[in-house]
Amino acid sequence: MIVALIGVIALVSVNALFLIWMERKVAAHIQLRPGPMEVGFHGALQTVADAIKLIGKELITPEEVDRPIYLLAPIVIFLPVLVLFLVIPFAPNLIIRDLNVGILLIFAFSSLTVLSILMAGWSSNNKYSVFGAIRSIAQNIAYEIPLLITAMSIILMVGSFKLSAIVAAQDKVWFVVIQPLAFLLYIICATAETNRAPFDIPEAESELVAGFHTEYSGMRFGLFFLAEYTNMFVVSAVATVLFLGGWRGWILPPVVWFLIKVYAIIFLIMWFRWTFPRLRFDQLISFAWKVLIPLAFVNLLVTALAIKLF
Amino acid sequence: MVAYFREMFVGLWSLVAGMAVTIRYFVRPIVTVQYPRQKLTMTPKYRGHIELIMDPETNTHRCTACGMCVRTCPSSLITVEGVKVKKKKLPVKHVIDYSYCSLCGLCVEVCPTKALKFSNEYRLAGYQRQDMVIDLMARLDAERATVGLPPLPIPTPESEEETTSAEEKA
Ligand code: SF4
Ligand code: SF4
Repeated sequence: MIVALIGVIALVSVNALFLIWMERKVAAHIQLRPGPMEVGFHGALQTVADAIKLIGKELITPEEVDRPIYLLAPIVIFLPVLVLFLVIPFAPNLIIRDLNVGILLIFAFSSLTVLSILMAGWSSNNKYSVFGAIRSIAQNIAYEIPLLITAMSIILMVGSFKLSAIVAAQDKVWFVVIQPLAFLLYIICATAETNRAPFDIPEAESELVAGFHTEYSGMRFGLFFLAEYTNMFVVSAVATVLFLGGWRGWILPPVVWFLIKVYAIIFLIMWFRWTFPRLRFDQLISFAWKVLIPLAFVNLLVTALAIKLF
Repeated sequence: MVAYFREMFVGLWSLVAGMAVTIRYFVRPIVTVQYPRQKLTMTPKYRGHIELIMDPETNTHRCTACGMCVRTCPSSLITVEGVKVKKKKLPVKHVIDYSYCSLCGLCVEVCPTKALKFSNEYRLAGYQRQDMVIDLMARLDAERATVGLPPLPIPTPESEEETTSAEEKA
């Protein structure tokens, strides 16, 4: 268990360092720039240097903040992230705990992020932080519903909450072929759940400075950052398990296939960010309630009917 | 109902179209130049500080130290000193203090022998004001060195001291 924990922490850190570098590279290439080039090969060590700088920074606690909550928020956002890695099946034998309710555990614990965002926003005693937190909660509630419903339609087909069973059920054909609409809905909701552009209104930098983490500095901000990128990895891993056949692939070892698929989805999410402008708040909420949720319900109903008939 | 689905598909299509644009840019070659290591060649029209033209026939400048540029310059930043050699005047000193230059181009236009032009020099940074004082004769010598020519001989007057300062004491 200790080994697993150390492994997870190492994976989380390396993944975040890599994803930040990757995001900067993707952004740069879409804008015809080279991106970071100076530290290491093509700037590969740039994020390491940034992380060291971040650790060296002073931790400023503004006056008038709600101290205990303010200090707890970065930790609360990070803890569930570690729990989520418990059940992700990287390969047939590379699961820390293959729980029967794996997918439920992931969705339950990833909702804790909202609590931490609320804690951070509220305790900062800053209007922009509160705005960011309020938006984040409204958004997360709105997008969690279609996310769960789309996941439900997969679970209906498999008949199990176990992630390894879901992968096992895709031995003939990946679910993305059978359920393309569900895949689309899932990716949209996942982008919103991780507060990524174009759904990044909780931290809309052009209106809210940095949203809920405006008042955080140094490594406290670093933890929020780390959690964001780790969440991205988790939602992409779940998408891989639900729709892209998990570790299944040819020739290469399963874990390599799993990581390839995860990073392909992450690339897709980054590609979204550098293509689409940010939505307005009302557009965001009405999109969730008027489009995503009805579509997710229809998809679930059709899936249930199909299962009943065939 | 029809409008609802129509809006959805039109919206989705516009998103896909947008993503097609960005992925095309993603695979396009980078245009940024890694500056200190790579440099772009400046266009000939670029107006840096002024410099003396190296005449392609004689491989030297055409300046006659007439002092027209000195008098015309609105900022009085050009200093020319010339001597008479065999009834011909030649400059011994042609120095500008670039920090005052407004790149108006009057000196280039007024020169009777068309001896001046704008250089392509864009890397202009210095630690002190003195770094912006540019010796145009030295620059010409450097340009001559690139084609393998020695520095210009310093013209010396034949007989009595005939050095005339064309510097405006305004
Ligand atoms: S460009 Fe204008 S300001 Fe500059 S040296 Fe020539 S005359 Fe003077
Ligand atoms: S106007 Fe031309 S020829 Fe006369 S001193 Fe200036 S550069 Fe020389």
